[in-house]
Amino acid sequence: MSRHRISVTVNGNKHEADVDSRMLLVHFIRETLGLTGTHIGCDTSDCGACTVILDGKAVKSCTVLAVQADGKALFTVEGLADGRLHPVQEGFLEKHGLQCGFCTSGMLMTSYWLLQRKPNPTEEEIREAISGNLCRCTGYVKIVEAVQYAAQKMSEMEVQS
Amino acid sequence: MIPASFDYVAPRNLDEGIRFLEEHGDDAKVLAGGHSLIPLMRLRLATPKYLLDINRIPGLEYIRESDHHLHIGSLTRYADIEDSLLIQSGYTALSDAARHIADPLVRNMGTVGGNICHSDPANDLPATVLALKATMVAVGPSGERVISAEEFFVGTFETALKPTEILREIRIPRTRAGTGSAYMKLESRAGDLAVAGVAARLTLDAQCTCESVGLGLTAVGTKVIEPKVAEAALVGKKLSDDEIRQSASLAAQEAQPTSDLRGTADYKREMVRTLAARALRRAAERTRGET
Repeated sequence: MSRHRISVTVNGNKHEADVDSRMLLVHFIRETLGLTGTHIGCDTSDCGACTVILDGKAVKSCTVLAVQADGKALFTVEGLADGRLHPVQEGFLEKHGLQCGFCTSGMLMTSYWLLQRKPNPTEEEIREAISGNLCRCTGYVKIVEAVQYAAQKMSEMEVQS
Repeated sequence: MIPASFDYVAPRNLDEGIRFLEEHGDDAKVLAGGHSLIPLMRLRLATPKYLLDINRIPGLEYIRESDHHLHIGSLTRYADIEDSLLIQSGYTALSDAARHIADPLVRNMGTVGGNICHSDPANDLPATVLALKATMVAVGPSGERVISAEEFFVGTFETALKPTEILREIRIPRTRAGTGSAYMKLESRAGDLAVAGVAARLTLDAQCTCESVGLGLTAVGTKVIEPKVAEAALVGKKLSDDEIRQSASLAAQEAQPTSDLRGTADYKREMVRTLAARALRRAAERTRGET
């Protein structure tokens, strides 16, 4: 097994570490960096609980090797709040977009990615965007409302600034 | 679940990659988007000694049209196929198929080349490139080799690529006037592999006569199937719904489905008949510029 020195910018801070070739990105995030907000749900690339933003794209970090992130920018759920909650977090809070909360960090990251690309998504676009994020409490109605709340909030902030 | 041990190598250009494969090709797997390979490695169904990551090789992600072809770099992501206006306007079967692969997160990573080289008969792109009469451009120690889609797919997880070759490009004949294409997929739940899928491409002349026809069937055989009898039945005919239904029935006969968790063989064959008719009708609409 080969070992690799990788350098990854995580939520704006540069981190260097030696990783085994077979280490998955999600394990690097949780175990090496100690950022346990990113969850491991299904272990089979289905559920999206491990979603993070890698160089601007939402990806399932259980299906990427840590070494593949070398030189890239990683954005995790811990990076969302900046002194105060990010509008997507606020939306999930206000609209009760969670029950058990296990899928929530993945939902938040996918929603964040969607709203970066489409600031005013339709309900159908929201549902399509989160189709790779499974909520086993089946609370999708509230999750969609949470994303709509965030979109509204972000557009208001845009107007104010 | 963590993959078994392997050595990871990330060449900076194709030559470096090919040289590595010349030495270790039999023990190596090429890593593109990784969304089929990494799950297989985690389940220990694939235990390559070396992983050759081609993501650090520049110049393999592109979609462009030349005089005679559409050229797609093998590392082009599904999401880029889905979003490409060029593909949406002239090669719609490809955007249909890309939109139905797994989910948006997977589509951010998964690649056209990976989907094709994996040669899973249940993957959506093999049938699509077969219907579009694509050719694959492989690079190996002695240079480039162009392989037709028909020759490329050899069996389940098996292609005509040699252990020393890397797929560089997918080349699709440039769309002429009067051409339309579509991909129809039946999935039992969102993001699942197909129960069955059908890709169709039609070129009609001004009198609505079929000049050429391409069909490809997903998930109903040990490899992707080109139903040649169904194709031939339409060529030279004036397109009508009767002709479409007849061709779709022939396609269903040429399917070789087996019963599994996604349905019985009979059910899948029936679905091929339905999906083929729908795909042909949609392709015909698109020859007239309708979406």
